Amino acid sequence: MFDTLTLARLPEEDEALRPLVRQLAQDAVAQMPMDARARSWSGFDAAFSRKLGQEGLLGLTLPKEYGGGGRGPFARFVVVEELLNAGAPPAAHWIADRQSAPLILNFGTEEQRQFYLPRICKGEALFCIGMSEPGSGSDLASVRTRAERTESGWRVNGQKIWTTNSLHSDYMIALLRTSGNPQDRHKGLSQLIIDLKVPGITIRPITDLAGDAYFSEVFLEDVDLPPDALIGTEGEGWKQVTAELAFERSGPERIYSSVVLLDGWIAHLRKHGRIDDATRALVGDFTARLATLRAMSIACTARLAAGESPVVEASITKDLGTSFEQELPNAIGDDLASHPGEAIAAELYRALAFVAQIAPSFSLRGGTREILRGIIARGLGLR
Amino acid sequence: MENNELLEHFDRMLRSACTPAAIREVEEGGSFDSMWEPIAQSGFLDALVSENAGGFGLTLAEIQPLLRALGRHAVPLPVGETMVARAMLANAGLDLPPGPITLAVALHGAGMPVPFGKTCAHALVDFGDVCELVSADAAGLVTTGVRGSVDAMLTLTGSGGGRHIERPDNGLLPIAAVLRAISMAGAADHLLEMTTAYANERVQFGKPIGRQQALQQQLAVMAEDVVAMRMAAQLACAGGWPLNLAAVATAKSIASTAAPRIAATAHAVHGAIGISEEFDLQLYTRRLHEWRLAHGAETYWNRILGAARLEADRCSIDWIRDAIFA
Ligand SMILES: Cc1cc2nc3c(=O)[nH]c(=O)nc-3n(C[C@H](O)[C@H](O)[C@H](O)COP(=O)(O)OP(=O)(O)OC[C@H]3O[C@@H](n4cnc5c(N)ncnc54)[C@H](O)[C@@H]3O)c2cc1C
Repeated sequence: MFDTLTLARLPEEDEALRPLVRQLAQDAVAQMPMDARARSWSGFDAAFSRKLGQEGLLGLTLPKEYGGGGRGPFARFVVVEELLNAGAPPAAHWIADRQSAPLILNFGTEEQRQFYLPRICKGEALFCIGMSEPGSGSDLASVRTRAERTESGWRVNGQKIWTTNSLHSDYMIALLRTSGNPQDRHKGLSQLIIDLKVPGITIRPITDLAGDAYFSEVFLEDVDLPPDALIGTEGEGWKQVTAELAFERSGPERIYSSVVLLDGWIAHLRKHGRIDDATRALVGDFTARLATLRAMSIACTARLAAGESPVVEASITKDLGTSFEQELPNAIGDDLASHPGEAIAAELYRALAFVAQIAPSFSLRGGTREILRGIIARGLGLR
Repeated sequence: MENNELLEHFDRMLRSACTPAAIREVEEGGSFDSMWEPIAQSGFLDALVSENAGGFGLTLAEIQPLLRALGRHAVPLPVGETMVARAMLANAGLDLPPGPITLAVALHGAGMPVPFGKTCAHALVDFGDVCELVSADAAGLVTTGVRGSVDAMLTLTGSGGGRHIERPDNGLLPIAAVLRAISMAGAADHLLEMTTAYANERVQFGKPIGRQQALQQQLAVMAEDVVAMRMAAQLACAGGWPLNLAAVATAKSIASTAAPRIAATAHAVHGAIGISEEFDLQLYTRRLHEWRLAHGAETYWNRILGAARLEADRCSIDWIRDAIFA
């Protein structure tokens, strides 16, 4: 079953991007300790993102006429893999590059494409995702934040929450109710691009359990927007969001969130010359799973490259990937603390503590484990 | 793609040759001749034999879907093993004997189970320095006594008086392990199909049990394992011959790790009916358990993979790209 998910290769011309990205990523992390690199794709550095833009490494999936690379999902895979490999901070451009740009390309008007896409490709237009609300998490169709038509465009009222990077973003693509009420669920939802600099918007950062403040609450009070804030078709928000989530869920970030910790641990083992059978078996288990997940992730990328929206396949890969990412800190913690003769470097210890604490979020962000499994079950014909 | 046609043809042939009734007959010790004949007639046994030697000259990656079909149909004969053995024998310029040939590894001593040890005419035995084609009678294959099993224990530790061929680097274990990993992916795929179909049919509390979220979540995890198994098996075949040991280790590790989980979920969803002999589920779950152990279980292969990984002063992604995706 799910036979379309089949082994695919990264094309040579996309592999060719690797040395350049690697150089830039290495430069960016040169002064960063392991626990900072372990922040993985949460790490934010707008200057680094602009640099990637200048080097033509953003918007690789977009046509050249909009300033993109005119390549495709495989090229983006290579770039993302290299950034995560190094633990370089990609958060500034992350969401725009991954999902906002494809959304605008697919559903936007020509004017909207011309307006946003070239700046996204330069790393100069930063986006965040305004889906979740205090009362709407997994049950996203119940969103209450409203956009009403006015003479001059739209007026938005309501609240978003957990909006990653909203504090540093230029725009938020929000899922809003444009007609009916929450009981109408999937009907009457639309997506609007909200310029976060317009009056009426208050952004309040939320500090997370690791002391970072990546996400925020976004309050919207009588926020007036022009007519062309609407992206795509009024009332088609649910369909658009579903397509957007396939982009959000199918990338290699769903398997590599703990890879900096994994590499730190393996370096520790090598330093202490530990090669007993149990250690080999544990390292081999992680390696086999990571390799298989990589194959699955590339296979998902191939479906994107074929123009499909691999919703179920992405869910399969993300759920298995995040389970792996979450298991790593548990197993590594057990291993390190069960070999008392081997001193643990402070930055490895901090990286471990960080990943162990933040790991539950891996299977929440982008759709919870239970929701993804529900999507897979639907793919199996059970719902 | 012509490959699809090939697969359909092969699949149809297996479906008619390997009905559950025919499988049970062979498993109970009946003759396997009538099952073997259409398989031999089909010509597929020479898929890997070079074109010069009269075969199809296909690669392992190309026949991987066929090998998976063998697992999907619970074929109780060493069809993949025979394909490999025939290619090796033809390469060595030997005559190709009729009948099924299994692969056995004798270098770790006697007492390891050999898949299809009871349903072969010959065994190609890896002695560590040389490989030898031994007739089934001379191979010292002793039945395991496991009900329904077609595997046997190898007792042979010295030559069986057969023809010798050069031993490939790393011997027969990697290819034998990959063949099992691929068949496991096929068997697991069939179990997923059976189990979702059953979940949609079986009604309790007034609705199909598949409507219960608890079961949906378990089946979703099962699907993830099944896909991972298939991908890992494909990875092991991608590099062709000689096999990439790290990719082989990946495939068998993933397959062997997932096998008991998949079997457990399949049984849990089926309830008591799955425990009965006459229900076909047991044909597949028994195979998953047996093949998990055959030619090295997950820890065996994890150690090999881990040892190679720990030798390299590289980061994981780079190492995996070079060593497994090469
Ligand atoms: C680090 C991080 C970053 C985030 N960034 C963003 C962002 O940028 N933009 C944004 O819009 N959102 C963001 N989110 C929010 C994220 O999308 C939500 O956390 C997620 O959708 C789940 O919603 P919730 O947290 O309200 O949990 P709930 O929906 O309340 O779920 C709580 C638990 O109940 C389970 N549950 C709920 N419904 C069902 C059901 N029908 N069946 C079975 N189980 C169920 C869930 O699986 C979960 O285990 C982020 C979250 C995190 C952790």
